[in-house]
Amino acid sequence: MSDVQSEVQTFLDRLAERNARRGEEPTWIAARRQAGAARFEAMGFPNRRVEAWKYTDVRAIARGDFALASDADFSPATAAALTLPIEAHRLTFVDGVFSAALSQLEGLPEGVQLLPLSRALEENHEAVGGPLGRLTGVEFSTFSALNTAFMEEGAVLRLAPGTVVEKPIVLQFLSRANEAPVMSHPRILVEAGGRSEATLIEHHVGEEGAANFTNLVEEVILDRNAILTHYKLQEAALADLHVASIHVEQARDSRYTSFNLNLGGGLVRTDLITDLNGQGADAHFYGLFYGQGRQHVDSHTLANHNAPHTTSNENYKGILDDRAHGVFNGKVVVKRDSQKIEGFQSNANLLLSDRAEIDAKPELEIYADDVKCSHGTTTGQLDEEAIYALRSRGIDRQTARGLLTLAFAGEVLELVDLDAISERVELAVAGKLPERFNLAGLVEAAVALGDE
Amino acid sequence: MLEVKDLHVSVEGNEILKGLSLTINAGEVHAIMGPNGAGKSTLSAVIAGKEGYEVTQGSITFEGRDVLEMEVEERAQAGLLLGFQHPIEIPGVKNIYLLKSALNAQREARGEGEIPAPEFMKLVKEKLANMQMDPSFLQRAVNEGFSGGEKKRNEILQMLVLQPKLAMLDEIDSGLDIDALRVVAKGVNSLRDEKRAILLVTHYQRLLDYIVPDRVHVLVEGRIAKSGDAELARELESRGYDWVVEESAA
Repeated sequence: MSDVQSEVQTFLDRLAERNARRGEEPTWIAARRQAGAARFEAMGFPNRRVEAWKYTDVRAIARGDFALASDADFSPATAAALTLPIEAHRLTFVDGVFSAALSQLEGLPEGVQLLPLSRALEENHEAVGGPLGRLTGVEFSTFSALNTAFMEEGAVLRLAPGTVVEKPIVLQFLSRANEAPVMSHPRILVEAGGRSEATLIEHHVGEEGAANFTNLVEEVILDRNAILTHYKLQEAALADLHVASIHVEQARDSRYTSFNLNLGGGLVRTDLITDLNGQGADAHFYGLFYGQGRQHVDSHTLANHNAPHTTSNENYKGILDDRAHGVFNGKVVVKRDSQKIEGFQSNANLLLSDRAEIDAKPELEIYADDVKCSHGTTTGQLDEEAIYALRSRGIDRQTARGLLTLAFAGEVLELVDLDAISERVELAVAGKLPERFNLAGLVEAAVALGDE
Repeated sequence: MLEVKDLHVSVEGNEILKGLSLTINAGEVHAIMGPNGAGKSTLSAVIAGKEGYEVTQGSITFEGRDVLEMEVEERAQAGLLLGFQHPIEIPGVKNIYLLKSALNAQREARGEGEIPAPEFMKLVKEKLANMQMDPSFLQRAVNEGFSGGEKKRNEILQMLVLQPKLAMLDEIDSGLDIDALRVVAKGVNSLRDEKRAILLVTHYQRLLDYIVPDRVHVLVEGRIAKSGDAELARELESRGYDWVVEESAA
């Protein structure tokens, strides 16, 4: 057996083990599971000759052997320390397994359905079967196929037309420092009805020393005039492996705003795609990644302007230190006859070390003539003039660099409406900087001042 | 306090200062005046350690230390501070970060610990009030989107918080309307005491009505051509610089 076959076989064996213990399932799920497995087996893990994976080596996943977690035990004290300090409706998963104890589902407003996928299937599997897999099928990638083969848990969020959810909805994914690494294949389905409005926070975090593989597939369907702000805060342990495929579909006049904030993880790959299918649909992609050590963070985004009068706006910022490797690929596609489009994209990267690396590629594909599109990517070091200005006030070079790095990240964070998130990320960034001076202390002081 | 001896400075091969000597004692306010292009800004920039200036001859000592051997931040920590003519914008760096980092750096250089947060806030709020600035300004990025006048106020605010021994102010009056000028001048005057000194670089006499100097020096062609007291500034206001230029050429 070749290496590639044995890699795939390890996962298929795990699947067979799991299937043997599974009870009766609706036929559509069993059929998709099979299709996912077949597709996964046929494709195998991508190697670097595949264009979309040219800069990202997934051998750390392919060569691993990951079991599936069987319980959701997690120390409540540790969980409390990791949980975002924010009043929210919350679903918590531990290594992919739903934890009722760490969830907060009481007091859901009328018109909001938020439940674990397993429960949604129990209650009405047909209602799930319709939309699930429509946006992200098994064809999308090896990882979406693998996810489909294993899917059993995750979250379903449904907003009835006109529902405005005041509190944010948090999907918390906790990763444990297990003796042997585990994998999970969460599946998230969001259906936002017409004129509904919500904030969804997906939070990936865990115990130090965790080294698990998370393979997330997320489908988001926004009906007319729906507004969704979607935070993905990824602060997993440095040995965690994280792949996420997020697919959004936007109807007329809907607005989708994504904050893709990547601070943790050893190997991180996110695919974020939106289909702007109705006039007036508007998408905003904001991203921040900070890599250190040997972290690898890859963000692929795609805005498909399938209808006229649609807009997309993207701003991704990357900070890379040590031997970290960042990948940014942002693509805007304007379909034939999709006139009056606006598509803006910008990506700036900051390299703090000579050995850090970034591969950035903005792409535009335009098949219409009346469009306004721009893209640009810059990579550089810190501004020497600003460093001088700070040093002229007595601040040493290292601290000046720290302050400017914090400022660079701040350009994305200032767009964040939720203080709990912007403050947490700013503190995390400050904490990653050399501790010549207590920058985290500075941030705390500023936060305290803001609270006055 | 500050001793500049026979200073020769070149910028990209052009000699700008050609043997400038100047002594500033504690408690004094000096003003450097002169026509455009005489090298007024060069002097303060070299003292503050700005890059791009080559000292080809002469020396600068501050409280007995060789300034030219000190790093930029060491000069500031030692109490030499330059208020810029064109303060740059530093997007994203909040004013509170700059002030606190700078103050702590200075304290550390003196062997003191970090300033406790409540003490720092009290100090900063008091200085903000002196400069008629709103506390919300602390959360804004350094000079970003500030008007010319706000930038100048900010330079003085930094001075008030950091309490330099020698404050050098380069064209601090440029771009200020009369009300802003009064606030800025009041701030500068509050720095005056017997332990401190101030060096003003200015083209116009107007500033010196508000900050009355002990000594006035006219810089012509890279050298001090004439020195006097505040009266000299008034004479320059009415007669212009030409007569000093002619005198020095003779």
